[in-house]
Amino acid sequence: MKKRKKELTFLDSTKNRTRVRNYFYISLLVLLVVDFFVHKHGHFSWEEAPVFFAVYGFISCVSLIFIAKVLRIVVKRKEDYYD
Amino acid sequence: MINSVPPAAIFIIGAFLIPFLRGRLKSAYMLLLPVLALINLLNMPKGKSCIIKFLDYNLILARVDNLSLVFGYIFVLITLIAVLYALHVKDDMQHMTAFCYAGGALGVTFAGDLFSLFVFWEILALSSVLLILARKKEASRAAAFRYFVWHFVGGVCLLGGIILYVQNRGTIEFDYIGLTDLASYLILAGFCLNAVVFPLHAWLPDAYPKATVTGAVFMSALTTKSAVYVLARTFPGADILIWAGAFMTCFPIFYAVIENDMRGVLAYSLINQVGFMVCGIGIGTPLAINGVTAHAFCHIIYKALLFMSVGSVLHMTGKIRATDLGGLYKTMPFTAICCIIGAASISGLPLTSGFISKSMTLTAVGLQDLPIIWFMLYFASAGVFHHAGIKVPYFTFFSDDSGIRTKEPPFNMCLAMGIAAFLCIFLGVYPKPLYDILPYPVDYIPYTAFHVLGMLQLLMFGALAFTLLILSGYYPAELRAVNLDTDWFVRLPGRAFVWFCKKPVIALMNFFDRSVLKGVGVARSLPAGSVACEKGVDKFYHVGLTSAPAVIYNWVNRLRIEAGYLPRNLMYILISFFCFLFVILLLGAIK
Repeated sequence: MKKRKKELTFLDSTKNRTRVRNYFYISLLVLLVVDFFVHKHGHFSWEEAPVFFAVYGFISCVSLIFIAKVLRIVVKRKEDYYD
Repeated sequence: MINSVPPAAIFIIGAFLIPFLRGRLKSAYMLLLPVLALINLLNMPKGKSCIIKFLDYNLILARVDNLSLVFGYIFVLITLIAVLYALHVKDDMQHMTAFCYAGGALGVTFAGDLFSLFVFWEILALSSVLLILARKKEASRAAAFRYFVWHFVGGVCLLGGIILYVQNRGTIEFDYIGLTDLASYLILAGFCLNAVVFPLHAWLPDAYPKATVTGAVFMSALTTKSAVYVLARTFPGADILIWAGAFMTCFPIFYAVIENDMRGVLAYSLINQVGFMVCGIGIGTPLAINGVTAHAFCHIIYKALLFMSVGSVLHMTGKIRATDLGGLYKTMPFTAICCIIGAASISGLPLTSGFISKSMTLTAVGLQDLPIIWFMLYFASAGVFHHAGIKVPYFTFFSDDSGIRTKEPPFNMCLAMGIAAFLCIFLGVYPKPLYDILPYPVDYIPYTAFHVLGMLQLLMFGALAFTLLILSGYYPAELRAVNLDTDWFVRLPGRAFVWFCKKPVIALMNFFDRSVLKGVGVARSLPAGSVACEKGVDKFYHVGLTSAPAVIYNWVNRLRIEAGYLPRNLMYILISFFCFLFVILLLGAIK
């Protein structure tokens, strides 16, 4: 058998996964803090509310998943449904 | 006199030389064609040229202005990248149809009159059918035929609209139409079918996942975006498109979340992205049209990049379902990086091409003071990051290790992905070359601290939601399943029609058949005579009358087999559509 090229296994260890996740959480915190130092010029009043986009993004994605779960109950059929 | 070559001609005529060439020469020739087309495009004079006299009309094959040029450039550029990606394919037929297809898109873009527009429109539709058929699987054949019928319906709508339009206004010029009469609504319907406007969108997630690996790259770029172009030219400022577009951005993301086929996810996110463009066309201000054009330009590149990277996975592993994939970053790191760049761009992450183009449309919505649309588009922006930005790379390249071990795709595929990925970043960092070619002068700065921060917050907290839901197990699991879409309303009645032909009609006819025979048979006294009579009656009724539905059914069935397993139900749409068209023409004539 041919010798296979070395694989990347960076994300196999739990330590690395946790580390990546922690960096991600820190970046979120930074985004929240920076929010208070930026000059805002939105077209709508709510755009200038503190951390509006963060809250809206989070709520959007959570509701997206839950609505999709409901949708799946309605539209899911077996793979050979049309055959 | 023809003073320059029509842009479409280079591709369509050039395509027919491909089978005569071999090896490196063929590769070089195929790469040369888009380059030639680009040089031709750069040298074309502004205004109308390549005019052909036809009956009393002038057919204009090259109407060059700022709007058509941007689309022309990107179509040629993506053809170059997609051809590079497809160089390893040995099937000449596929290369030829791909070039005809790209030629059709260029023809639509530069058509200056409705007749030539229609002809190129149909070339576009027919050649893309062949790109699906070229996969040579039964599922693809069926999907190709459904795709064909959808586009046939759209094409006939468009033709009906064009005929009425020419009759009403006495001109075949292809320019601003605006929603006024029946003709314009029919033309809009024809265009909207190609622009995947709900509920005429179901052909796209049905067909694209079943096309060939390389064909899907062409298809993701050309059909919908040429429709966006014609909409931007004919119906800018049509209010109905604002709502249609906003709805288009929202509903596919739910489907994308529960879709298992990775190219299916990309197909739904394509509808979502085209929704932004349709919405921008509906707004119709110079900023919005600039946004639409810039977004189409960037979208073509990053969507092709996504289709290329996911296609590479399909090419190398033969698998495309989320349930079969995972952990591929270990053996395909380059493809994974390209996919992540494409995913970042489609999400509109700052420093990628999606950010500098999508934010223009979003700003245009804000300026028009449309709060509900604004909320819908931002919801969709967060949603697209969720499914195309995270789901596609995560379930393909990361997630749990599926145990698949493979290697990077051939060099030409890697190179094509590399070029597209470079362009995504380049345009994101330095948007000036793109802004310079937009139809209207650009007075827009994408990189303000507020924009960047707002977008980053929206996306990163969307990602947080994904992370938390995955960790807690609330995220809907990937399942092998089919999700019903609006085509259900067409496919099921079609099936019912066939069942109706097969069962009740034939049963009824058989019943009559038997009673008649019985009646005649009783009247005769001689058994021999009665048998002969029965045979005669049987022959007359059975072959002549009762079997009519059976004959039609057999005929339909034969057609189905011959024409690549035509799903029977779609014959139903065809027939009813002809009736529909007939009624419309009558209505037009009465007027």
